[in-house]
This record gives sequence, C-alpha cells and structure tokens, in this order.
Amino acid sequence: MSEGIKDKVAIIGMGCTKFGERWDKSEEDLIIEAYTEALDDAGIEPRDIDAAWFGSCFDEINVGKSSLPLATTLKLGFKPVTRVENFCATGTEAFRGACYAVASGACDIAIAVGAEKLKDTGFGGLPEFSSVLGTKNRFIFPNITAPGAFAMLATAYFEKYGLSYEEGKSILAKVSVKSHKNGLLNKKAHLRKEITVDDVLKAPIIASPLGLFDCSGVSDGAAVAIITRADIAKEYTKNPIFVKALQISVSDGAEYMHNKWDGTTIPTTVNAAKRAYVEAGIKNPRSEIDLMELHDCFSITELVTYEDLGISERGRAGEDVESGFFDLDGKIPSQTDGGLKCFGHPIAASGLRMIYEVYKQLQGKAGKRQVKNAHVGLTHNIGGFPAMSITSVAIFGND
Amino acid sequence: MSGIVAIDCHIPFYRISKKAIFDAWGWFDSSKVGSAKGELAFANYDEDSLTMGVNAALSCLGRLNSKSIDRLYFATATSPYVEPKNTAIMSAALDLNEDVVSVDMGGLISSSSALIAANDAVESGLSKMTLVCSADKRNAKPADGLEYLFGHAAFAMVVGENDTIADIEHVFSYSGGFLGYRRTQEDEYPKSWEERWIRDEGYLNHIVKSVNKTVEKMGVSLSDFSKVIYACPDKRTYSAIAKKLRISSEQLEDPLLDKIGYTGNPHTFVMLENALRKAKPNDKIMLVNFSSGVDIVTFDVTERIDKNRLPDIDKLLDTKQIIDNYTKFANLCGKIEQEKGPRGEVAKSAVSVLWRERKTILGLYGSKCKKCGTKVYPPQHVCINPSCGAIDEMEDYRFAEDTGKLFTYTVDNLAFEHNPPAMYGIVDFDNGGRYWFDITDCSPEELRVGMPVKMSFRKKFYDKPRGLYGYFWKAVPIR
Ligand SMILES: [Zn+2]
Repeated sequence: MSEGIKDKVAIIGMGCTKFGERWDKSEEDLIIEAYTEALDDAGIEPRDIDAAWFGSCFDEINVGKSSLPLATTLKLGFKPVTRVENFCATGTEAFRGACYAVASGACDIAIAVGAEKLKDTGFGGLPEFSSVLGTKNRFIFPNITAPGAFAMLATAYFEKYGLSYEEGKSILAKVSVKSHKNGLLNKKAHLRKEITVDDVLKAPIIASPLGLFDCSGVSDGAAVAIITRADIAKEYTKNPIFVKALQISVSDGAEYMHNKWDGTTIPTTVNAAKRAYVEAGIKNPRSEIDLMELHDCFSITELVTYEDLGISERGRAGEDVESGFFDLDGKIPSQTDGGLKCFGHPIAASGLRMIYEVYKQLQGKAGKRQVKNAHVGLTHNIGGFPAMSITSVAIFGND
Repeated sequence: MSGIVAIDCHIPFYRISKKAIFDAWGWFDSSKVGSAKGELAFANYDEDSLTMGVNAALSCLGRLNSKSIDRLYFATATSPYVEPKNTAIMSAALDLNEDVVSVDMGGLISSSSALIAANDAVESGLSKMTLVCSADKRNAKPADGLEYLFGHAAFAMVVGENDTIADIEHVFSYSGGFLGYRRTQEDEYPKSWEERWIRDEGYLNHIVKSVNKTVEKMGVSLSDFSKVIYACPDKRTYSAIAKKLRISSEQLEDPLLDKIGYTGNPHTFVMLENALRKAKPNDKIMLVNFSSGVDIVTFDVTERIDKNRLPDIDKLLDTKQIIDNYTKFANLCGKIEQEKGPRGEVAKSAVSVLWRERKTILGLYGSKCKKCGTKVYPPQHVCINPSCGAIDEMEDYRFAEDTGKLFTYTVDNLAFEHNPPAMYGIVDFDNGGRYWFDITDCSPEELRVGMPVKMSFRKKFYDKPRGLYGYFWKAVPIR
C-alpha cells in the first residue's frame, strides 16, 4: 500500500449550520452560515484560501451543477473551485479533494464545503432514484427508495442470524433510542426529542422492517472544513485535528449482480475500513478508537457498520448495542451528536457534519456531549445502497 | 394437416366480486341485482393486452424452442400501441427470430381469424410453426351492465404440422355484418344496444344458424362432437343456444362467466384449453366464435393428447386474489385515475436508449462469461466474477425463462406505487445470476426469503408526454 496522507494535513477550522427544515434559508444562506463560523474558528481571512472543493448532490433541486454556485457565493477572487458529487458520500468526497490538494503541496489552505437543500422537492424522503443512475437503468431498475434498499439489508440480516421480526426490530430500536438521547444535547440537531423503544416499535412502517424511527430525517444544512499542512497548522490554532486516514471504496456491482454477497454487510465499508486502519496504523479498532460518527441513514446501517468496521463480531453487534457499548458513556460512543438520525441527511453536508462533531470532540469542545479522553475518532459516510455503494472511512486524531 | 402443438393462457391474478360492483352501483341501477354473483378476472395496472399475450406465449412455448417459430399473429381489440406494431415488442420479449413474420390483428373477434390465418400458413407449407396469441383488456363504462360481464385474459397457441395434440379439420367463416358491441377510435368504452337485440338476434340466431349450416356442410351430426364451444354474454342465452341445437350438457364446456367473466378475443380459446384437458384421442371439438360474424373451427384430437402438455386451467382459475373494493378495481383497470402527487411523476425516458438496449430491456438478455461461465444481468463487458475479470469475453444469456429465489426483499410504503405497497427484492436465479426486480401479483404476507419466483413481462411505467410504455420484467411468486 502507498504511504497515504497520515499526519500530512490538519483541520484548523470548521463550521456547521443548524440542520432542519429551513424553509426560509437558501443554499447560499446555509453556506455562508457554516463558512463564517469556520473562518472565525480558524482565524483566517478569505484571501488566505488557495482552493475550494464543493460538494452538492441533487443538483436538480439544489443550486445547480458546477463549481460556479460556490465560487459566486464566496467570491474567492477567481481561485480554483471544484465541484464533486458521490451520492451520500459527497461531503467526505469534497473533504478528500481538499486534503489531497494540501497533502500534495498544491495548496497551503483549502476548504471543503458541503451543502444541500432537500426540502425543496415538495415531498418527504429523497428524490426518486430511477433516473439518477442513468437513462438505461430507468428502464430496468426496481421502484427503489433509500429506506427500501436498506430495509433489504435488515431482511437478510434477520434471516441470516435467525432473528424474528420482533427480535430484530427491538435491537434496531435501541440503536435509534441511543442516538436520540445524544441529539437532545445538541442545539444544531434537527430532531431533539428523547424516544423510547416502544415509540420506535409502534411507529408506522416506511419500508418493512424499517419504521419511521429507524430512518434518518430529511433536512437542509451545510458544513465547512478548513484544512492546512500539518506542519504549519499550529500557526493558526493551538489544537489542530490531524487526518490519520482517508479512504473510499466503491462497489463494482457484484453485490446485486453476482451471487456471492450475503446481504448482511456493506462490502465497501469493510474495504475502506481495512485500508484506513492500515493508513492510520490501527491494529485493533475496538480498543484504539475513542468515538465514531457513522452513516446511520437507517438503524440497520449503523448495526451492520459496527460489524463491517470490525468493532463488533459478525452477528453480534446487537449484543454491543444492548450492553451500551456505543452509548455516550460507553466504550466507543457513537453518533455523539445525534447522527443522521437526529440531524437528518442533507446529502452533501452530512459527511462534513460528521467530521465537525469528531473535530469538536477531539478538541474537547463538545460541551455536554464531551467524550472523556478522546484521542482518535472515526467517521464513516455511505453513498448509494447496500447493494451498490460508495463508502468513505476517515480517521482523525488530536496528536 | 395443421393443428395445435401447444396451447396455454394467462389469467390475471385479481378478481373483482360482482357483488362489489353492485354495492357500488346498485343505488343507481338496482335491476342488476341478479348479475351480482361470481367474479371477473381483471388485469393489474402493470398489465395490458401486450404483456398478457407475452406471458401466455411464454407459458405456451415452454420447452419449445422460440427460434422455431416463424410467424407471430397477435389478435386483440385492445391494442396498447396503435403505432408501432405490438408484435414488434412481443417478438423481442419472446426472443423470436428477427425474420419472424409478425402480424397485428385487430377487432372483435380476431382471435379465430388469427387461428384461420395460421392454419392457412401451415397448411400451405409457408409456415412450420405459427404462434397465435390473443389477449383483451376490455373495460366497460362504470354502471354499464357490461361491467358485470367483462373480464381480462390472454391465450397463446402454437399451430404446426408435427406433434399436434389436436388437428384442425375444417374452417368456416360467416361474415354477418351484425352490429352488436361497438367501439370507435374515439370511444373509451364499447357501446351496446337493447340487450335482446344482442342476445337473441345476435348470439342466439347467428350461432344456431351457422352451427346448423356447418354440420350440414360437413355431413355430420352435432352429436358427433364431444364438445361444442361458444361464448355468450349471459348464462340464459348460453343455455337457450344449447337447447335449440340439442347440445347435451356433456358437450358443453364451462363458459367461465362467473369465474373470469367474458374476456373477448381469447375467451373461447380458454374454454378450448379446458376441453382439451378432458379430451380423448379421436374426439371432435367444435369452436364457435361470434361477434359481427361467425368463425367455426373443428378439431380432431390426436393420440398425442396429454394432460401434461396442457395448462391446468383449474389451478390458474384458483390462483387469485379477490378484491371487494370497486374503487381499486376501477382504478387498476384504468377507469378512474388517482392523484399521484409529485413522487408519482414519470421521469423523461429516452426512446433511443430503449431501442438500443431492447435486447436487454425487452428480451431480459444478460451475458455469460465464456471464460468462467458466470452469468450476469444486465450484460457487462468485464466479468463480474472477482476471480475472473475477463474483458469482452461474453456471450448472450437470456434470463426470462429462468426461475429464481428471493434473496432479500422489502415492502416499501415510501416509493410511489400505483398499486401499493411497492414490493421489490433481489432475485438469485436458479441457473446462476442475480438481479433486483419489482415484485407483482403478490400480497406482502406471501413474501419470504427463499420464495420461488419467475419472470413476468409487465408495463413498468407509462411515459404519457412521450407516448411510451416502459415494458420490463417483474418477479411473480411461483404458486
Ligand atoms: Zn468470467
């Protein structure tokens, strides 16, 4: 494996909007809200920025294509701006572009911006998928939605591990209950309400076996990261957060076109994690990682991810959930900010929102949610469906 | 000599109880209380005459090689496409040869015309095997008495020279010019006339006269026939005809009016399939088709008659879901349109993509790696098998006839679905290969991991602004 970017770049400032149904805010409003917070945090001026990476996913209901919307919003003076899109992993993809630019020496300071206005579609849930994967797939793809695609993961998981519908639902419920508890402590979260296992079990079914509280919400939001070279990071802030690993893995379609996949794991997570651990020098993730922000678009995704990341044994993530291993006071607190579950999922903003939480935690600035002695944090961001996915795993450290 | 080599039919999964129609419309026309018994078979929203015809033909072709078919005659009074030819799409879905002679036939009744034409082609030696296919999805206007009568179905038959189970003996046609049911290009629904006109002057007199004339021409007695098959709009006329022609109850075949309704073009052929199941070698069967004129075809059952070569109609009739909800029936039939909301909007489809990818989309062709044998849908350039990865070493492989098992699935309440809930899953084909499909003609309670499924040709969407039907394949349970 190549040398990687471990300890070559550091985050020196971040900003994140409040996520929610922000009917009165445009995407430009949201970008500026996150951007000004990040500039203040890093203590830099716009003129210090060498280049920007802009992530946005559903351009048809968003600001449109290309880098122009970000460039005209921020007015960086004809500097390079790049737009990236990689489904729900778009936010981390923008971050990756900025990191690689700094690591290569092409820039000293780069910013990554992710923003999405989902509440302008006129309906709940994400836009229809049939044509986002091309004009041919429109003729041959099933009538798939995000909850339905991930629900199939739950169907296969329950089947493989012999869980009855009720047993499976009850494990998943605890995943959501934990995240809501954390979200309650976070002013920037969209949904701030404690829920019970019973609430989850009684909620209407969206795509069986997933009910309303197994699904993340749909919201508007934006987040921004400012990155610089690790060796000069301390000139800007006394507590920069270092990138230890940044990997992505993209499915080649084998999951839904070849009979090998058993439907209870997301292979891109396994691949990206394996490479990220090597890059970061992590031998035993269960004992070396202090907190995680996972792509909990659905409760089942989070459950399966615990196993795919090698934290829990296959088929036994439920036991860790039951024992409180991932709770705020547990061994590896996860979704400490409330996760997608409480923030909702403005596609391109989510990956950067996860990094924002890990950044704040590792700086010791997470307030009531602060995880004690946090040194190593992991973010995990999935795009697509379990059967054809794009996953990024990033690892951060404060020393 | 030409005759029936194979025959099968497609009966839609749904039935409307006629009582539900009366419950909806009895307040308006209480005189129909006597009609409110039994059921009508009706097509799901994702079916039309073309798809039902394809599914009947798929069952009919069974073990026959579809490439041995040299002609395709499709008869319907309810063509989905006026332009282009429906048979062009059907040929692709059925994987027929590109040089097959394909003919669309219209009107009621054109199914027997198709059979007569097929007989001509085979008898004359121009055709070795002609596939005759017929389907109708006729809808009656809400509250019309015909609403208690019309059902939907399809049949398919291979007419050929060798290996016949019943030979075509005589063909007669009497073009009467009778004006019974009528529907113009501008009409959504058929128009009728006084019931007695259609019943007495139409069915009764026309059928009786032409049957008598046929028997006279053939120089035989009607009692020489083991079955005389004809269809009528009501049971009383059906019995009146039998009485006038002195047809015994043993010679009659169930007219199916209370089981599937009157299904138009395919109707007498569905009855014929039922008759063939009970037939013995050397039996004679007469098939009488009436609409504006009369077609009569007589068959001699051969010694190759075998139940295993015939569909189990009783099982097909029993495989059903009864709907007691008139609104749902009227909607799925297309008589009432629901507001679909923004999620129900159909994205723009590219006609040229459909044409370029017709083999993949309509023919359900994937590819099979020549190096390692791995099958994949849709077709790929690079082998999906991680331990192979061969580039451009593929041959065509068609999945349409393969059965499979549901590997995982969901019941999705968020997706816009015309007939909710949306159901879809990943299918592992029994001969290798995997792909995800919508699931149709299925109740959510039936779904389980490992459920056996087969492929059914369906109308996935209708892109109205661009005048395009999105035909594709869905998974249906094997029951
Ligand atoms: Zn191969």
